[in-house]
Amino acid sequence: MEERLFVSSSPHIRDENTIQKVMLDVIIALLPATLGALYYFRVNGAKIIFLSVFTAVVSEAVFQRIRKQPITINDSSAVVTGLLLAFNMPASAPWWLPVLGAIIAIVVVKQFFGGIGHNFMNPALAARIMLMVSYTGHMTNWVKPGVDAVSTATPLSFVKGLAEVPSKAPKLFDMLIGNTGGCLGETSAILLILGGIYLIYRGVISIQVPAIYIATVAVITLIFGRFDVYFMIYHLLAGGLMLGAIFMATDYASAPVTPLGRIIFAFGCGVLTSIFRLYGGYPEGVGFSILLMNIAAPLIEKYTSPRVFGEVK
Amino acid sequence: MKSLTFRGGIHPPGYKEATAHLEVEKAVEPSVVFIPLKQHAGAPCQPLVKVGDRVTVGERIGESDAFISALVHSSVSGTVKEITKIPDAGGGEVQAIVIESDGLNEVHPSIKPTGDIESLKPEEIVAAVKDAGIVGMGGATFPAHVKITELKDRKIEYFILNGAECEPYLTADHRLMVENPEDVIYGLRAMMKAKNVSKGVIGIEDNKRDAVESMEKAAKQYPNIKIVALHTKYPQGASDQLVYACIGKEVPAGGSSSEAGVVVNNVATAAEIAKTLRTGMPSIDRITTVAGSAIANPKNLLIKVGVPIKEVIDQCGGYSKTPGKIIMGGPMMGFAQYTDEVVITKGSSGLLIFDEEEARIPEPKQCIRCGKCVEICPVNLQPLQISAYSLNNMMEHAEKYRALDCIECGSCSFICPSKRPLLQSIRVAKAAIAEKKRKQNN
Repeated sequence: MEERLFVSSSPHIRDENTIQKVMLDVIIALLPATLGALYYFRVNGAKIIFLSVFTAVVSEAVFQRIRKQPITINDSSAVVTGLLLAFNMPASAPWWLPVLGAIIAIVVVKQFFGGIGHNFMNPALAARIMLMVSYTGHMTNWVKPGVDAVSTATPLSFVKGLAEVPSKAPKLFDMLIGNTGGCLGETSAILLILGGIYLIYRGVISIQVPAIYIATVAVITLIFGRFDVYFMIYHLLAGGLMLGAIFMATDYASAPVTPLGRIIFAFGCGVLTSIFRLYGGYPEGVGFSILLMNIAAPLIEKYTSPRVFGEVK
Repeated sequence: MKSLTFRGGIHPPGYKEATAHLEVEKAVEPSVVFIPLKQHAGAPCQPLVKVGDRVTVGERIGESDAFISALVHSSVSGTVKEITKIPDAGGGEVQAIVIESDGLNEVHPSIKPTGDIESLKPEEIVAAVKDAGIVGMGGATFPAHVKITELKDRKIEYFILNGAECEPYLTADHRLMVENPEDVIYGLRAMMKAKNVSKGVIGIEDNKRDAVESMEKAAKQYPNIKIVALHTKYPQGASDQLVYACIGKEVPAGGSSSEAGVVVNNVATAAEIAKTLRTGMPSIDRITTVAGSAIANPKNLLIKVGVPIKEVIDQCGGYSKTPGKIIMGGPMMGFAQYTDEVVITKGSSGLLIFDEEEARIPEPKQCIRCGKCVEICPVNLQPLQISAYSLNNMMEHAEKYRALDCIECGSCSFICPSKRPLLQSIRVAKAAIAEKKRKQNN
């Protein structure tokens, strides 16, 4: 029987957690907002979500097949990327936009740099920004929730360049539940927060990054709006802040791993988002901020190594 | 009661239910023992007997001139059959004295009680511990007399006993503390006297309430000995983490506990010292937990040193399933064996038999940078970075990320959702860095 014994160095037991389980948790956390998108944007929403997820998974498999690498679509990370990309698109987008976006996200941003864990930017966000710059018209053609697909503006465009909320702006309650113009998955703050609570409860993300990110935007907009709490809450609920803070800035691969690094990263995201929103050319700044901080992440990580236990400086 | 702890750490399943409430049983008498001449950290012993000699229980059969070494004694009475190499539980081979027992267990005439703590001088306690060949019985097997020799240039404030037993499966120390708390206290008092230390602390994980209560009762009349409940969290029993949890002091990285004014030893070591002082019997047996998914009847056994684990397994009803892995020690830090011909030594706290399913090594996937290993590392290292540099043979970077401070607890490998061999690759880096340093110093 000796021939059949495993010999390996310790530890001999492993936790039951796996990449699949982590990704499944993220998908579960995205479900409320997915259902919200289907409810508000109906067939258009379903079409974009399907095309984005489908293309993401297929392009990962095809790329790995061509490169003769093991095919890793089973880990479901491509599904997460596809979902997040769909969340970042307007319901009016033509069919080829999510397809092109998913290919950019998976092939260019993720696989070119080494696959899962090695993407230096959040793939879905990077794809969104590329589409935004290349097809600005399609990417900013917002429609009202509902069957009729009437053109509308996003909540953020109402406050562009202002330090107060104009009276014709959407109501806070509508922004909370998602009954407003915007990308598929970003409109309902409450559904995104629900998913965030699930992720924190499951230990997939820690509360630090979203909390610091959102709090930083809150403080800056509060000061900018001369302590107008309504203006501040409007900014927190508008645009992609909740989606970005809970699901994009917490992307493992493109954020620092050190505890202090994560705090700096989240704070930087908040500062940049506020500056872009309040002073920038576009109404929204979440995407650009997170990508810029993604690029800074390795540098932040390098200088924030935690103090080793018992280390004497 | 408030439990104390350290930063980081993991919560592996305990697997202790099978043996936590089983009283320690005496193992069956062996017919042949294979007593290794090195069962300790330090220099190996030279044999004092020849083939054909008759030896008795407690007779000294191996010794070394080195300061850091521990004497070896016979655990049976009988005839020396052979002096040969046998597989060592820690890897490689070790010289061992093979003794065929005559079944009489005749005790060596020199075995008599050393005396009472009050009447013994510190040097006499140290000498008795040295003569008994006692080592750290938690698994580190550092010779006990070295630790309790008083140092002139360093003041020690605390003597801490490790009763955490944070490794899953193991319940040997647990049972000792429940069944024989007086010996633990007696041994602690002896060590405190030898080392001239005024305060004693015994740290026990709070999943062993009965052990905490039993030790508290035994320590009641000694106001200078404190029993501390610790969070049930791995690696609570790692020396530096234990010191921090018990007294809130950080042992300097790379330094010894004495630099923080502390000496740490295991509860089983204390009990062994008590036994030696009371009876004169040297270290010839120990309590070992036999458990795991492929053992028929898990047990806590008092086993003589030198008994092949094959016999121990038979005594526990044999294998209940096809064994996949045999581990000496705990599942987090123990050593996997390639054969069941290794023997029980002074450091064998556990003997675990895994079935094939439990033994299977998961296939490593790519690192997803989730940062879990950074969150849980009890020494605040970044295992993913050290591992990545190690695997790419960039050892100077691994050194910059302080690979040498790794305590090899294995928490990072345990928690990794990608099943990466984090600790395994950090060990490679540590060995390479140590090798480079050795070359530089020559």
